[in-house]
Amino acid sequence: MKRSLIASGILLMLNAPAYAGDDLQAIRDEIHQMKATYEARIEALQKRLDQTETRVQQSDAKSEQAVQAASAAAQPAPANANAFNPEIALILSGTYNHLQRDPDTYQIGGFFPSGGEVAPGPRSFSLGESELAISANIDPHFRGNLTLALTPENTVSVENAYIQTLGLGHGLSFKAGRFFSSIGYMNEQHAHTWDFTDAALPYKAFLGNQFADDGVQIKWLVPTTDLLVELGAEIGRGRSFPATERNSNGSAAGSVFAHVGGDVGVSSSWRAGLSYLGSSPRERSYDDADALDNPTSNSFSGKSRLWIADFVWKWAPNGNAKETNFKLQGEYFRRTETGTLSCADQAGAGNCGTGVADSYQSTQSGWYLQGVYQFMPYWRAGLRHDRLNSGTPQLGAGLNLADFAVLTPYNPRRNTMMVDYSPSEFSRIRLQYARDEARFGVTDNQFAVQYIMSLGAHGAHTF
Amino acid sequence: MTSIFARLLPLSALLLAFASPAHAALNVLACEPEWAALTQELGGDKVSVASATTALQDPHRVEARPSLIARARNSQLLVCTGAELEIGWLPILLRESANPAIQPGQPGYFEATRYVTLLEKPTRLDRADGDVHAAGNPHIQTDPRNIARVATALSKTLAYVDPANAAYYASRYNSFKPRWDAAIARWEVQAAPLKGVPVVVQHKAYPYLQAWLGLREVAVLEPKPGVEPSVASLSGVLARLQQTPAKMILRSAYNSPRAADWLSERAHIPVVELPFTVGGTPGAKDLFGLFDDTIARLLKAN
Repeated sequence: MKRSLIASGILLMLNAPAYAGDDLQAIRDEIHQMKATYEARIEALQKRLDQTETRVQQSDAKSEQAVQAASAAAQPAPANANAFNPEIALILSGTYNHLQRDPDTYQIGGFFPSGGEVAPGPRSFSLGESELAISANIDPHFRGNLTLALTPENTVSVENAYIQTLGLGHGLSFKAGRFFSSIGYMNEQHAHTWDFTDAALPYKAFLGNQFADDGVQIKWLVPTTDLLVELGAEIGRGRSFPATERNSNGSAAGSVFAHVGGDVGVSSSWRAGLSYLGSSPRERSYDDADALDNPTSNSFSGKSRLWIADFVWKWAPNGNAKETNFKLQGEYFRRTETGTLSCADQAGAGNCGTGVADSYQSTQSGWYLQGVYQFMPYWRAGLRHDRLNSGTPQLGAGLNLADFAVLTPYNPRRNTMMVDYSPSEFSRIRLQYARDEARFGVTDNQFAVQYIMSLGAHGAHTF
Repeated sequence: MTSIFARLLPLSALLLAFASPAHAALNVLACEPEWAALTQELGGDKVSVASATTALQDPHRVEARPSLIARARNSQLLVCTGAELEIGWLPILLRESANPAIQPGQPGYFEATRYVTLLEKPTRLDRADGDVHAAGNPHIQTDPRNIARVATALSKTLAYVDPANAAYYASRYNSFKPRWDAAIARWEVQAAPLKGVPVVVQHKAYPYLQAWLGLREVAVLEPKPGVEPSVASLSGVLARLQQTPAKMILRSAYNSPRAADWLSERAHIPVVELPFTVGGTPGAKDLFGLFDDTIARLLKAN
């Protein structure tokens, strides 16, 4: 640039009108001299410029290296292309069952069959459900989670698949997708975190193990100082018992819940909750037998209202759960169902013939109480008592209770004891004995040995 | 359904009215007592600090209990160790808190280990090696020089999160730093006789203290990090002590005394119960007391 400017200046001067011969020569010499000086200067300047540029580049590189070194020191995470891969955790479990009674005959006397897998697993060795959980923050606003259940029958089912907000502020959080409802205490917990191999009887009878709907949830944490107060509500499609899908717009099941919790000194903490689940099942069907033992197909349509009161108390000396600790938990369920019950003989004969229907109303309840004590590092022992009260359903004049075998009034009960050994927080081996009286007047002695192991991302469990 | 919502709405409004008094002080939730003490030191009466754990609790194994969720929800600043020490409970706590201000990556999420060079970075990551932390050993608070480094960063964070009191935090830091540096110099003089002293530790909880004072770690009671010592592993340690004797066994206040006592009886060396953090022993009332007491206990056993 500079060079071309000067050159054009010189050219301009050269093109100036000529004066006289000698003068002209003198001017020419002068110009030549000037040209030489300028060129030398320009060259020197260019050299200095080049040198400065190199120095700047060098120092840039140095500072970049320093920055890289500093950030490497501060952040140990490698910046690989796969650094953004989500957390993956895999749960492996397996059971050996020794059952006195055939698990295929399992039923909970006095209660509508839930359609869930509530029976004890198969006899002898079997795989438990393996769980594959993938989760990660999606962006600064959302987190995503997918939990696949791999069953021993080689099927894969989507247990949880939801997104949740990370920071709406004001204590609000929002969840959408398929998730375990926050009703009760145990409902939200995955099977591998349970303290016994199976769910308590009230969960089996009232929720078919666990209530997981496709829907949305909103939760609000009240701004209290030390006491947790959490309020929430959910609505969903009603894909899970006691609801049924209805092929209609809107929602077929909804729940509200409140949780309160806190500490008592440094050694104890507790949480209590009250939940309500309302649903309107349509044609919730199950197979049964009439008074003459003819197979029938029955169904219920109407309203189902379930209340759950739950409580959990945890104790550890000085709050240090590593050596010894104790956990007491109990939940009470009460469900009222009103609507229409229908019965149809599978052969079109029998007491129900081609179909009878009339009003149905029932109030049923159940509870369990369990205590688990870690008496030394790695070793825990637990006791559980479950009890259900079927009540006597009130049927319209068109129906005869004797034609609904499974609804015969009965109070199922079960006592369970277990001992487990957890060499690390990732592995657990459990021995369990249950005396199960869920079937009408039949006692089933159930023994189980189970392992539950988790590998991959370090899981963090809720309280 | 609608009737339930209608009934709940006034109730929540009532709760809200009761529960939001004007909080003048900056709410800080510290994961461990040492960071609660440091925040108190640097924040004075402009901060209201709660610690999620006490010195008698194993910081690896705490639960996201309801009271912690309530505290996390109202905190403007979270001060934790990081380096996966709290991985078993902090992620759940943060998610349940529904508080955007203290999520990872936000200014209100402070990890002390980011400001310190970590020791014992594992060369391989395998759970077969026990409870290893990928980033290195997280128990940085046993070296007071690390506390100084964290204090510098924490003071800046306090000023950033609560700019209205920035000048106050700066003056607290300017008063703390020279006192702390003087204390470090004093401790180094006091602890001079401990240089080169061979020790056995229960858990790999003291590499930073060892590096600072020049203690020599001869053996660890835990066969693998986080795994309780068994009789077999203790016998192995005992056999090793015949070859390379140690002068004392170090254990933290939250460790069970059984394993250390077993070895102490057989190897005829004393057990030194160290506070590990603020509140671990009656003498460790604050950060200064933590090191006064730690060094006094080490010197007594030497």
